[in-house]
Amino acid sequence: MKYAGLLVMPAGFFLSIAALILFPAPAPRAAFVLCGLAVEGMGLAVAVRGHMAARGEHHA
Amino acid sequence: MSPAMTDASFALTLALLLLAPLAIAGVALINTGLGRSRSAAQSLLGSLAILAVAAIVFAILGAAFTGNLPGTAGGAGHSFQLAGKSWNWLGAAPFLLGGLGAAPAQSQLALLFEFLAVALVGLLPWGSGADRLRLTAGCAIAAVIAAFVFPLTAHWIWTGGWLAQLGLNFSLGQGFLDGGGAATVHLLGGLSALAVIWIAGPRRGKFPKEGLATAMPGHNAVYVVFGCLLALVGWLAWNVAGAVLWLHAPLAALPVTAINTLLSASAAVVATFAVTRFRFGKPDASLCANGWLAGLVASSACAGIVTPAAALFVGLVAGVATPLLVELCELALSIDDPSGAITVHAAGGLWGLIATGIFAPQPGQLVAQLVGIATLLGFVFPLVYGLFALLNRFVPFRADADGERIGMDLHELGGGAYPEFVIHRDDSYR
Repeated sequence: MKYAGLLVMPAGFFLSIAALILFPAPAPRAAFVLCGLAVEGMGLAVAVRGHMAARGEHHA
Repeated sequence: MSPAMTDASFALTLALLLLAPLAIAGVALINTGLGRSRSAAQSLLGSLAILAVAAIVFAILGAAFTGNLPGTAGGAGHSFQLAGKSWNWLGAAPFLLGGLGAAPAQSQLALLFEFLAVALVGLLPWGSGADRLRLTAGCAIAAVIAAFVFPLTAHWIWTGGWLAQLGLNFSLGQGFLDGGGAATVHLLGGLSALAVIWIAGPRRGKFPKEGLATAMPGHNAVYVVFGCLLALVGWLAWNVAGAVLWLHAPLAALPVTAINTLLSASAAVVATFAVTRFRFGKPDASLCANGWLAGLVASSACAGIVTPAAALFVGLVAGVATPLLVELCELALSIDDPSGAITVHAAGGLWGLIATGIFAPQPGQLVAQLVGIATLLGFVFPLVYGLFALLNRFVPFRADADGERIGMDLHELGGGAYPEFVIHRDDSYR
């Protein structure tokens, strides 16, 4: 699960880069960059959950 | 192309950079104080070794990729074309500091700044891995950071890479701004610390099967608080030198940068003092030290750009957030971070970079800052984790259980930092 989260994070990065190229107007560009950051945040959250689950399995 | 540097600016920046190692000394002392007494000598020796390894590897390999040396100053390097824009992604200078003597004075100073920066980045995961990370592993981690990860980030942000050119290519303010290294040093170091913690795991007994996490307080609050005072001197030098080198600030703007640094740290420590006083009934020395440091880290991004009132606000937010995030990491997220690098350096740096975008007068600056943050989080962090996970297979990060039990000093160095002290039984091992 941790690796899945870490693999999702680059997708958010590429969304942010795509925003620069695809949207010259400031508002949609900013919105798309924020979406990229949100995807990264979700990936990080999944990675953190994976870390916590691994800890639980280790103790079990 | 950056404007030419005057003799006065050169002399001032050089003098400041000679003071900047005090920030490294401060962080090393804080790391040692926040660890256990039986690992104190290993912690400080490790800091010295990491500084040395990072400097040597950066000189041999890393400096070539930052692109500061002759023929590359001003943003040349490896580029590709995408959507009609040039994306400069890697510096291209001679290895082993070739041509350093013939480089312009500004490039030489920039290189000196980067030497100090890479040493500090290496120290941050070392502090987070305290009491269980092997000395060899700390050096290997520093070598990986100095050889590739830091140079890549430094080139993108400081020496004309694609993040620095966001203003030119996409009309996003002045491009990604990071005068004092909030991203290049602190966010990168904090994320590296998270990767090391995840790979090495928590200290034995930190998270028991049942109940809350075991408190493992630092062994010397005097080291920690004195480290904060040392760090202030280094940070003032660091932020002012960075404003000259990376923001091209005129001499008249430099006192404000120093004042903003002090104000941010002051507001942060007062806020942390108040929060810990409110939550625990008494102020907590180590959390207040973390708050002070978080204020300094946040100022690294914005001290050269914002007004003093904004610097106060930035510090205030950093100071309130720090103790809460320390608790969140330890109690809710099972992250064993003795030095608080993730909270102080990663979160503090992140907040400083966002604040720079909010308070900078140029339109589009906030988006430029967010793109930079997205790059560090979405590209550099997974890259660092992957590299460290690979490295862990060849150079195991973690000491064996017996080493952890007797302490890293005896295990790795054969002698303790305080040989005349009585060693007490450790109740945290269950």
